[in-house]
Formats: sequence, C-alpha cells, structure tokens
Amino acid sequence: MTLSSTNPPKSLFAVDARTRKRNAAEARFRLYGLIAVGIGVLALIVLLTSVLGNGLGAFRQTFLQLPIALDAAKLDPSGNRDGEAMKKVTTIGYGKVIQTALIAEISQRGIATEGVSAKDIFGLVSKEAPAQLRDQVLANPGLIGQTITFKGLANGRVDGFFKGRVSMESAALDSNISPAQLVLAQQMRDAGMISVSFNPAFIFGSDASELRPESAGLGVAILGSAYMMLIVLALALPIGVAASIYLEEFAPQNKWTDLIEVNISNLAAVPSIVFGILGLAVFINFMGLPQSAPIVGGLVLTLMTLPTIIISTRASLKSVPPSIRDAALGIGASKLQSIFHHVLPLAMPGILTGTIIGLAQALGETAPLLLIGMVAFVREYPGAPPDGFFEPASALPVQVYNFTQRADPAFVERASGAIIVLLVFLVVMNTIAIILRRRFERRW
Amino acid sequence: MNDMTLTEKPVNASDIKITARNVQVYYGTTHAIKDVDVDIPDRTVTAFIGPSGCGKSTFLRCLNRMNDTISICRVTGNIALDGQDIYDKRVDPVQLRAKVGMVFQKPNPFPKSIYDNVAYGPKIHGMTRSRAELDEVVEGCLRRAALWNEVKDRLHAPGTGLSGGQQQRLCIARAIATSPEVLLMDEPCSALDPIATAQVEELIDELRSQFSVVIVTHSMQQAARVSQRTAFFHLGNLVEYGETGHIFTNPSDPRTESYITGRIG
Ligand SMILES: Nc1ncnc2c1ncn2[C@@H]1O[C@H](COP(=O)(O)OP(=O)(O)O)[C@@H](O)[C@H]1O
Ligand SMILES: [Mg+2]
Repeated sequence: MTLSSTNPPKSLFAVDARTRKRNAAEARFRLYGLIAVGIGVLALIVLLTSVLGNGLGAFRQTFLQLPIALDAAKLDPSGNRDGEAMKKVTTIGYGKVIQTALIAEISQRGIATEGVSAKDIFGLVSKEAPAQLRDQVLANPGLIGQTITFKGLANGRVDGFFKGRVSMESAALDSNISPAQLVLAQQMRDAGMISVSFNPAFIFGSDASELRPESAGLGVAILGSAYMMLIVLALALPIGVAASIYLEEFAPQNKWTDLIEVNISNLAAVPSIVFGILGLAVFINFMGLPQSAPIVGGLVLTLMTLPTIIISTRASLKSVPPSIRDAALGIGASKLQSIFHHVLPLAMPGILTGTIIGLAQALGETAPLLLIGMVAFVREYPGAPPDGFFEPASALPVQVYNFTQRADPAFVERASGAIIVLLVFLVVMNTIAIILRRRFERRW
Repeated sequence: MNDMTLTEKPVNASDIKITARNVQVYYGTTHAIKDVDVDIPDRTVTAFIGPSGCGKSTFLRCLNRMNDTISICRVTGNIALDGQDIYDKRVDPVQLRAKVGMVFQKPNPFPKSIYDNVAYGPKIHGMTRSRAELDEVVEGCLRRAALWNEVKDRLHAPGTGLSGGQQQRLCIARAIATSPEVLLMDEPCSALDPIATAQVEELIDELRSQFSVVIVTHSMQQAARVSQRTAFFHLGNLVEYGETGHIFTNPSDPRTESYITGRIG
C-alpha cells in the first residue's frame, strides 16, 4: 500500500524518471561504442590509404624502349657464340652499346638534345639496364647480329619524375639528375620511347643496391619467408598438437604439469627479440647453422609460434564435450582412439585457426630475424629445398625494414609496396583460416 | 508385468554375472561408496535407485571401470565378472568395456552418420571381416534397438540429427554392437519425453533376453516397470537389495520405505 501511495499508478505511455535514466545510460553506452569502432575504422583507413598511396607505385615502373643492333664485333669478339668467351664482355661494354643506340634513336626521332651531354642522356637509363641486356644476350646468344627491341629500366629519378616524386625544382638541387635531363625524358615519353607499365620484377626480382632502387625486388624475401613458413608449419603444428594432446589428455595433474602450463603461457608473452637472441646463441653459435638462412629463421619462429598453437589447441580440445570421450571409451575404444577418432576432428577448426594465426604472426615477425643475420643484403635466390633452407635469404618484414633504412627516397615507395605484399599474404592466410573453420565446423 | 516375468523367469542364484564384495570408492577424501556387496544376475534387469548423490552412478561406473578416467577416483574391494576380478592388473579396461557396454544419461551419439555410430565399435574391435558383414551387424543392432524402421532410409545422415529418443536408442544400438555381456545404463530416459521413455523401456525389457542389464534410475515407477531386481542406495550405502516386487511392496529397511513413500529423496 505504501508503495502505491509513493508511486501513484501512471499511464504506460508516460516514461518515469528511472526508465529515462536507464535509457539514457544505454544510449550513452551505444555512443561510446560507436566512437570506439569509429576510431578503429578511421585508423585502418588512414593506414591503408597511406600504404596504398605510397606503395602502389612500386608495382609500376618506368621503362625505356629502343631498338638495339647487337653488333657481333663488340659483344662476341671471338665470333663463335661461346658462352664463356662472351662473358668476357662486361656490363660496361653493353652500356656503351645501349648508349650508342639510345643517342641514335633520339636523333632519329628528331628530339632536340641541346645542353644535354651524351653522358647525361645515358644517365636516363638505369645502371641495371646494361646487366639486363647482358643477361638477355647470354641467355640467347643467337640474338647477336640481330636488331632487337630492348625494354630496359629507366633511372630511378626519371621514374620518380613520372610518378610525381621528383620535380624540376628538386632536380635542380640533385646531383644525380638535372632539369634538362627531365625535359628530355618528357619528350622521349611523348615520343613513345619511355613508358610506365606493370613491373613483375618488383615481386619476383631480387634486391638491388642503394644506387638502383628502380630494380629492387622482393623475390628473395618472398622465397625466404615462404621457406620459413614451411619450416614453421612442418615443425610447430605436429609438435604443438602432440604436446597439447599429451598435456590435455594424458599428463597427470601435478606440480610439474602445472609448472609447464604456466611456462607455456609465459612463453607466449615473451618478447620476440628474446627468441632471436636464443636462436643466435643456440642455432648459430652452438649448433653452427649458417647465418641468414631460412632454417634458422624457421626454427626461431617455430619456437615463437609453439605457445600460440599449444594454447589454442588445448582450448579447442577442452571445448570438446566430455560426453564424446565417454561415448568412445564406453564402447571399448582406447584413449588414443577416442582422441584421434573423435576429439581431434571436433577440435580441428580451433587448432587450424590457432595455427594460421600463429603462422601469420610469424610471417610478420622482424626483430628475431634481425638478430640471426637475415637483415643481410642478399641478391642470390636460395636454391630449392632442402638445400635452399641453408642458403642465405631475406624475409618480407626484414626487407621492409631494409628498404626504409636506405637513403634514396625511391625506397619509401618500395617499402610500402613490400608492406602491401605482406598484407596480401596475411589476408590470404586469414581467409584460409576462415574457410577451413567453416569446412571443419560441425554441430553436436 | 513384474510378477509375471518373475514367475516366468525366476532369478537363479547360480546365474550370477557380476559379484561385488566390500567395494569402497573414494573421490579424493570423499568416501562415495561404502562397503557395497552385490550380486548381479545374468539375463535380468537390475535397477539401482536412491536419492540424488547417493552414489548410484559411481557404483555403476565401477562395473566397467569408467571411473579409471577420473584421476582422483580410487576403487577398492573386489568386483568380478564371471568370477574374474575386473580390477586385476592383467585386465585391460579397454577390453572390459567391450564386454560391459554403457549407455549414458544424455544421448551422446558421435557427430558422424548413423551407420558409423553403430559400426564404430565392431570396427575398432576388428569384429567383422567384410563390409557386407559390417552392414549386417549394423542392421541387426539397429533392429534390436527398435530403430531400424525409422532410420533405414537415412543411414548416412548424421546421428546428431535424430530426436532425443532416437538418439538414445542409437546409443543403445552402438553399445550392443560390440556384443557385450552386460549393459550398463545410467538414467537412460531422464532426458527423454514420456513416449520415447516408453519405447526405451520396452527395448530394455527385450534386451534382457540376451544381456544382463543394470539400470540407474531416479524414477521408482521406471524401476518397478522394467526391473526384476532392485538395489536401494542411500548416502553411499547399499541399504537394501532384492526382488523388485518385494522391495516396493514390503521393504525391510525404514529408509527404503521412506524413500519409496516419498519422504526422502
Ligand atoms: N567426478 C567426481 N569428483 C568428485 N566427486 C564426485 C564425482 N562424481 C561424483 N562425486 C560425488 O560422489 C557422490 C556420488 O555421486 P553420484 O554417483 O554421481 O550420485 P548419483 O548418481 O546417485 O546421483 C556425490 O556426493 C558426488 O558429489
Ligand atoms: Mg547419477
């Protein structure tokens, strides 16, 4: 009675103060949530636009296209198309051939070259171009004596000019390029001698020195990363799953297993650089494995990934209902049979998701690789596995770091391009994780 | 029905399948089963009744050593199947469980096809030599579990897609597929509706012709309907054990009487 006297009955349509307060709190909370999500999305958009804006250019490159007469007298003095003898002609010799052909083509097209010396004209060509031509000829000596259409890299500054990175003003201050050269380059582009097109060498080619950013590629880094992922997958998945099954299903509950459990959780939180130091001390200094090799990187990343895989595998084993184990044991299945026939298949989606997340982490890991020497400049592709595992290679995230350490601003574009490649790999891996999850997921 | 079956097939004391003597079970320091002696006859349904937590499931799980899977559980005393001590060092519990099958409280079919559920036991025990033989076993078990007609057109559909009662009969088919001698059932109907319960009870009555069936139930009506022998547990003790008709009509212990009349439980 007292209640109804203090709270006189009201219409359902009138909202009382308490309800209004509750609704206001809910509305506020929704707003905070929206703001939080908004900040996250905004950060992602900024990151993506910055990376894409800077990096997409790396996939396109400026090329020079010109007919070159491959004079036998200059390129194969011995005259019998013998590979060893032809190798005696160095890139300097090929450079002269390109220079001659370039000047001839420019004057033939009637492009004015006042104020630009022959050396400056040749300066429009990448230092990599003679090597490209030489490789082409050595691979196919039959070309000698013919006139071929050669498509070679343009100098990084010219490339930067067409991508908007280099301007007339900056060229005036730049010892590597002059405004007059850029004017000439623009005329050559108008004449169709210079074009900007897709550059597969950025993905498949190998790294290049500081002086020729235009020819730097990610091939060695991608191969090195792929090798390491193979090693991580081949070691961490079986070891991690076996360890989890043992700990979850067989190990007795005592202080030793408790200790192991705590340590595995701690291991997952250990800074990755510590694993690098461990790898340096154990795998390189103690076991004598080669530096910069994918095998060492793979082993270090395996150690790093193991706790992630073990934790997620144990969680998914735990989530399998005990009634399934009872059912199997109850009809006389052995413990191992009940695990392999029933528990493991049900835990599979979780195990695979954990594994791929661990792999994705490992793929992006940089710090431990720096310590084991994978930061070295590597131009040679590692061979096919298993020998290739022991040959020097680079890794994608380290390559990004490497590019950012170089002085030439053209490498900023390369670094962002490498980040795009890395992100594409991560997106692909996460997609695979989702697909596998869907496939293996079963209801019970 | 009880009286009829009892006269039809009197319990023969020489036909004892399982003998338990002086059985104690501890969970850590908890003494869950105290001094239980019991003789379970062959080709009979024996019911374990008693209030919740009195140790019925615990004792049932001693009979096929399912308690081995609980690390803190310790069993002492003597339990013999056909005169052989099942806790002997030489006994492999895996082999024992093929002979002493179990059906659980909650239907727990494997998330596999109906066929695979039943075929799993014979497969892992290498009981069949050919696919045709396996097909025959699966059909036979599903027929004995009174499920064949309902599932014969969808043997390869998932077992988890069946109704609760069908799932439980599938679990029974799975349990009898390993040709056990004893079938343990822990409250097999507690998750089922009355119609499914009636079907399973009918099935249990039929299984009696081939197996020694031990059923845990919290329903006294069920015990009265399906069993010939009843054991009443209270706080870990076996209070009274005898012919079902006798226990329900003329209990000798006051605790049994209060339970049956609904005063404890
Ligand atoms: N896994 C276990 N760990 C510890 N104690 C248990 C466990 N299972 C059962 N108990 C204890 O043993 C006693 C008997 O349990 P249970 O056999 O399940 O009883 P009922 O099946 O008759 O309801 C209870 O007191 C219960 O708390
Ligand atoms: Mg119970």
